[in-house]
Amino acid sequence: MNIVVCVKQVPDTWAERKLRSEDKTLDRESVDGVINELDEYAIEESLRIKEAHDGEVTVLTMGPEKAAESIRKALSMGADKAVHLVDDALHGSDVLQTSYAMAQVLRKIGFDVVILGSESTDARMGALAAMLAERLGVAQLSLANKVEIDGGTIRTQRVADYGFDRVEASLPAVVSVVEKINEPRYPSFKGIMAAKKKPVDKLGVADADIDAAKVGLTGAATEVVDFVAAPPREKGTIVKDEGDGGQKVAEFLASKKFI
Amino acid sequence: MGTIERPLPTPEAEALLGLTGELAANELAPRASEAEAEGRFPREVFRVLGRAGLLGLPYPEEYGGGGQPYEVYLQVIEELSRAWLTVGLGVSVHTLACFPLAIRGTDGQRRRWLRDMLGGELLGAYCLSEPQSGSDAAALRTRAVRDDEGYLVNGTKAWITHAGEADFYTLMARTGEEGPEGISCFHVPGDAPGLRAAPPERKMGMTASPTAQLIFTDVRLRADRLVGEEGAGYSVALSALESGRLGIAACAVGLAQAALDAAVAYARQRQQFDQSIIEFQGIGFLLADIATAVEASRSLYLAAARRRDAGRPFGPQAAMAKLFASDTAMRVTTDAVQVLGGYGYVQDFPVERYLREAKMLQIVEGTNQIQRMVIARYLGKG
Repeated sequence: MNIVVCVKQVPDTWAERKLRSEDKTLDRESVDGVINELDEYAIEESLRIKEAHDGEVTVLTMGPEKAAESIRKALSMGADKAVHLVDDALHGSDVLQTSYAMAQVLRKIGFDVVILGSESTDARMGALAAMLAERLGVAQLSLANKVEIDGGTIRTQRVADYGFDRVEASLPAVVSVVEKINEPRYPSFKGIMAAKKKPVDKLGVADADIDAAKVGLTGAATEVVDFVAAPPREKGTIVKDEGDGGQKVAEFLASKKFI
Repeated sequence: MGTIERPLPTPEAEALLGLTGELAANELAPRASEAEAEGRFPREVFRVLGRAGLLGLPYPEEYGGGGQPYEVYLQVIEELSRAWLTVGLGVSVHTLACFPLAIRGTDGQRRRWLRDMLGGELLGAYCLSEPQSGSDAAALRTRAVRDDEGYLVNGTKAWITHAGEADFYTLMARTGEEGPEGISCFHVPGDAPGLRAAPPERKMGMTASPTAQLIFTDVRLRADRLVGEEGAGYSVALSALESGRLGIAACAVGLAQAALDAAVAYARQRQQFDQSIIEFQGIGFLLADIATAVEASRSLYLAAARRRDAGRPFGPQAAMAKLFASDTAMRVTTDAVQVLGGYGYVQDFPVERYLREAKMLQIVEGTNQIQRMVIARYLGKG
């Protein structure tokens, strides 16, 4: 089974994130990059599918050179090889262009199942899986908290407000996962060592038959018009207890509609 | 918990310490206080570390070890201990328990047992002390009597970390006459009939780490359970301890670092007389002395480790590192309680626990009096 897991490097969720003043895109250089958290669940699920059905797990990442760190981590968890789509022409691509570029790579490398996290912590569009499936002409099984593969059939549970839907499709397919699906493993020390020797195929837009005019900031369908820094946190209200502290706290909470 | 800048010898060591930090932050630190309060041994945490490859770091890769120098392995122990001493010390003890078979075992024994011992699913314990034989280890009385079927073991070992929890025990027992030459080393399966652990000791600290007597009643061991030659047990026990002391030194530095972290964090945010108490020289200088002592302890164990890695004698240096680092941990944890004042003395903050844990490190794997004796003898030889 040919399993492709899409992994995005995002700025550390706990770090202060900024947009670049020159082109209003995310500053990916000044902060530590980490694997998008939901993609870790996707990696774990891809490894479990591999362990249950044999096959090979390929990491697919689109991102700047720095994203190689996240590829390395995914390989150290147990993925077999990676494709890194890296090209300056891709900078500033929105989700539509990203889905086009990644679909081109997926066509090229082939797949039985593509797995990814249901959204990223930086852009939070949550639309890539659907767009990939549409572009590739295969089924999409979104928001899965359970995945089963039986021959050429894939079954998932799709989480919903009311519980879950049972979804079934024929392979090949695109699956997006939520965090309830599993508990991602830690890489092992041996896995870290082995990852250094695993192949990472670096592709530019030309290598993947991507039309450079269709990707990048200038052709993006969405545009960040303006942004302002988040206002600094205001000083909190201090209630001094002069015998009526309890009442003052209650009034404060009531004014904020907490009680 | 900030990252300590460590000059490491290889990129793989960098990656290993990164992994260790992740495991310490996610798997150890959040569980430590509660498990210590409840006296619950975190067996599952050791499995997680084992799967990550942390239970055989200084041993050869061909037997499933990590092939790491002591300089790197010990810094892993330090980081684990910083998050939870029970676990850091447990990994050190496990590594000690693997030592005799890794160093003196036959090829056959290593092939049969060592891979599992280093592979992460099994946990080991080291059995040298007895109720009446502590610092005078060569006076041990547990007997292994040779007969046609192997050995029959009777006796009681004491102060055994992981007693009752371990999957295997590295046992020193008497096969010959009195004195060091009559002692042999054995690899004992944890489920051997006739082997049982007494109820755990009620310790003042390290309550999540079980310490108990281990009682051997007609325990039958096959002859191939003997590790090394008959009568060579004492020398392998001592050389295991020589390396083990480096582990305890690293544990002590991790604990002292944790106390320093807690004291500094508190002193920065605690306001008195309209300023952070770290700005008062009385506290600032105290913390400066603590930080200096922790750094000195770390440098000392790393210097000894690098001697070992270079194949040079390191026994006296290991003793110095264990002595200095554990005495430092005692002082640093005591001072950390002082920095936190009343909050330091209550169980809602971890520093009183650190203080109770530090005391143990001055006692285990050779009391600090024994360490001084080792160093003094070395000086006396001229």
